Amino acid sequence: MTLIAKWQERLDALMPDDSRRWSEFRAQCRLIVSSDRLAATMSTLRDKCGMDMLIDVTAIDLLEYQGARDRFEVVYCLLNTESGERLTVSVYLNEPELTVPSMYSLWKSADWLEREAYDMFGIRFENHPNLKRLLLPEQFASYPLRKDYPMQGRGERHNFPVVTRAQS
Amino acid sequence: MATQMNPTGDNVIWTRLDAAANWARKNSLWPMPFATACCGIELMAASASRHDLSRFGSEVMRFTPRQCDLMIVAGRVVMKMLPVLQRIWLQMPEPKWCISMGACACSGGVFDTYAVVQGIDRFIPVDVYIPGCPPRPEQLIRAVLDLQEKIQQTGTVYGKEFASRTSPEGPPRFDRDEIERIRDRQPKKFQLPIYNPRH
Ligand code: SF4
Repeated sequence: MTLIAKWQERLDALMPDDSRRWSEFRAQCRLIVSSDRLAATMSTLRDKCGMDMLIDVTAIDLLEYQGARDRFEVVYCLLNTESGERLTVSVYLNEPELTVPSMYSLWKSADWLEREAYDMFGIRFENHPNLKRLLLPEQFASYPLRKDYPMQGRGERHNFPVVTRAQS
Repeated sequence: MATQMNPTGDNVIWTRLDAAANWARKNSLWPMPFATACCGIELMAASASRHDLSRFGSEVMRFTPRQCDLMIVAGRVVMKMLPVLQRIWLQMPEPKWCISMGACACSGGVFDTYAVVQGIDRFIPVDVYIPGCPPRPEQLIRAVLDLQEKIQQTGTVYGKEFASRTSPEGPPRFDRDEIERIRDRQPKKFQLPIYNPRH
């Protein structure tokens, strides 16, 4: 029985859903859900499948990515600390609907991870307790890891007054 | 140092006031270590026992700018750090000098990205640049010696030499390609951003 088939069987018994898709790469299993089923799927995974640790939340900008039909992919990496199973859950998002429910109520580690994804990609996590920028200055208005943002920025890095001797 | 023996005996030395002040200043530089990245490790190595910067009279690293007269910027400076750097520079009393250590502090190095300042000399005056990634401690010692030479040659007791050095001597704040990208962002009414953190 392949890894996918195992997961499929397990999850279908708990909550049937036709829109789910699966993929496998080098013994790592990925589950693709639609954004409206995300919250229910994640709470099932945590409560019924024992995925008790959220390792990472990040996003991928698929602009100009070969064969991609959607713009953003939000990726959650889950771990079952007892059995060592891992599962990657991804959601595809398109502008202007860049919102997914926050996972903060399920895993507390989602707090800063989601803030970072918001900081870099502008994905909004609904019901996040404190969704503001994590790394960049709060006044920064762009999302620098999007592919349509120039790598050298748009002058933000040098937008500071110059210090002269007279001031000191 | 411009000295000459007094014909009346060995106990009196003639010199200029400037030269005496420079001699005193250059041999007790108190560095402010502004170490933000990997170059900072070399800075620590330079003042540790093997290389021993204190042989050249500048071992008193102080972590308060009020007591320092030499700022050593070692490492890359990012957008969020630059206001801190400027503030610390302003808090140091005159006369003060600055060493920009490493490729990152001098020019941004390999980090030509949206967050890294491409050379601190766009914003504060720099006296000695040290190339290298990271520079060896010997290079830092060389830079301190060069700075001592510079102080001895150009210093004045009242700091008159700073009157002609009012602003940073590096490249302009915005590069040409950066101006083009700013123009892309606001095509209708182009103007260079004056300081306005709302980008
Ligand atoms: S110049 Fe090299 S060693 Fe120094 S801060 Fe930059 S990357 Fe690090």
